[in-house]
Amino acid sequence: MVHWRSEIKQMTKGMAFLSPWLIGFTVFMVLPIGLSLYLSFCSYPLLQPPVFVGLHNYRAMWHDSVFWETLRNTGYYALLTLPAGMVIAIGAALLLNSRIRGITIYRAIIFLPSLVPLVASSMVWLWLFNTRLGFINTLLRYLGVVHPPGWLTTTQWAMPALAIMSFWGLGNTIVIYLAGLQNVPAEMYESAEIDGAGLVRQIWHVTLPGISPIIFFNLIMAIIGVVQNFTVPYVMTQGGPDRATYLLTMYLYDNAFSFLHMGYASAMAWVELLIVLFLTAIAFWSSRHWVHYQGK
Amino acid sequence: MQLLNHRISGQRDAADNSSITVRTLDRSSTRRRPILAWLGHHVVLILASLMALIPFLWMLDTSFKNEVSATRYPPALIPIPFRWQNYIHLFTQRQYHMLLWARNSLTIAVLVVLGTTISSALVAYGFAKIRFRGRGLLFGLMLSTMMIPFPVTMVSMFIIFKWLGDHTGIAWLGTFRPLWVPYWFGSAFSIFMLRQFFMTIPDELSEAARMDGCSELGIFVRIILPLSQPAISAVALFAFLGVWNDFLGPLVYLQHSHQFTLALGLEAFESQLGGSQWNLLMAASVLIILPVVILFFVAQRSFLRGITTTGIKG
Repeated sequence: MVHWRSEIKQMTKGMAFLSPWLIGFTVFMVLPIGLSLYLSFCSYPLLQPPVFVGLHNYRAMWHDSVFWETLRNTGYYALLTLPAGMVIAIGAALLLNSRIRGITIYRAIIFLPSLVPLVASSMVWLWLFNTRLGFINTLLRYLGVVHPPGWLTTTQWAMPALAIMSFWGLGNTIVIYLAGLQNVPAEMYESAEIDGAGLVRQIWHVTLPGISPIIFFNLIMAIIGVVQNFTVPYVMTQGGPDRATYLLTMYLYDNAFSFLHMGYASAMAWVELLIVLFLTAIAFWSSRHWVHYQGK
Repeated sequence: MQLLNHRISGQRDAADNSSITVRTLDRSSTRRRPILAWLGHHVVLILASLMALIPFLWMLDTSFKNEVSATRYPPALIPIPFRWQNYIHLFTQRQYHMLLWARNSLTIAVLVVLGTTISSALVAYGFAKIRFRGRGLLFGLMLSTMMIPFPVTMVSMFIIFKWLGDHTGIAWLGTFRPLWVPYWFGSAFSIFMLRQFFMTIPDELSEAARMDGCSELGIFVRIILPLSQPAISAVALFAFLGVWNDFLGPLVYLQHSHQFTLALGLEAFESQLGGSQWNLLMAASVLIILPVVILFFVAQRSFLRGITTTGIKG
């Protein structure tokens, strides 16, 4: 009886402290996701009330070539940025994980770009990628490239340009890897060295397994980031040229706020949610084979 | 006395923050490294630093050029004539609304930072220090919400805010409210970060206070919060960065250019100029980056600690 009463008391106290989040979770998470599920079965041009149309939006999406194009573009962007981004970030973290003189300055400098608001970095890179006057093509011409690429103005180079730019903002990820590297026990390197392993084999057999939980964490964050990528292409290319950089979330945004197809946009929001869940589920499932947790 | 304490701890923090001190386990430091490897290491680091810095330098460079020299072909590396007036120009020309946008950004940022920190700290205390049935389950649920991208809820949030405006008489769309009110209900990322920190504070402290008849709220305010200053400032910092960077939120919810934030204004400014006047555009970009860079140099330690605690324990 006494036990019961204390449990209820604890529950009340806990709920009292959790109440901001409980309310927020209900109002800003459960409600909108539920509402968008309902609206995804409706035709809803915003100015008139929603009309139930069953699976029409999903069927329309299946036959919508622009939707598939944005999906392909998003996949292409992921392919360009995820693997290379991971290699660059881990490489930079390895370089920064040392006591070489001036290392704190190098760390600060390499971290700095990730602080820049995305709109501002879009402006700067728009200017850097400028075909005629930009720094990048000026440098390329100086190095002897007679016809440097048109970057953001060509369908072929626009997406690679966005990918290159995304590597500039990896500082956050690099710092997370750096902290992970510092948690790899030194004894493991020592025993590997005694076994005669060189630098490359040490990285492959000691470092990478040692930071695999961090790789996993960063991978999930990167996947979520890629699927919802919006600001940079919206500001820099508006999805162009010729829809070459038109991504999933941009199409979702346009459907909702340019075409006022709220029902269709809601269906797309659900598809986007399912894509994120599906990809993270794959990552979680595969992690059993390559993520090693120390000592636990 | 209280004030004096604050001063002292403030000074100590400032001293602590003057350098990045990340614990390093460097195996090779025990042995002398070959000079060539040492040199190579520096060369690669310098190259990487250059790649990180060049966009900043190019931006600064252009921001001090006049319109003619900014668009001269081939581009000159040094801004001659040196035109710092671009910055003055941005503030004095009424059509740019720069001051107004800065004020809007700051207003929203203050409300978001306050809301996120206060509400997340309360919730994190509940998750860290109060034992009750279903706590683990709720915590897992909260963590999983971090994986839901904003675009997924943005359409229905827009519809909900529109409905609220139509039915309650309080306008939401076209005001700052949708941009800050949700943050007063805790953000998963901040709750997680603070909870991780609160867990490291020994339970004996709160137990002892409980024995003395201190209420939960009292324990939270008098014991946990004062011990958690570094974590709190890290959370505030990240909340600030998030809202300063936010573009999609203001784009969806704000309508008139006099309500714009700096991020939104900068984009409007760019599409208005349509690929000309790069000098002004770069000066405006410098202005939006500056507060963040200053903040970084003032609070380096909080930054790095914040990033690493969330990353490692996730």
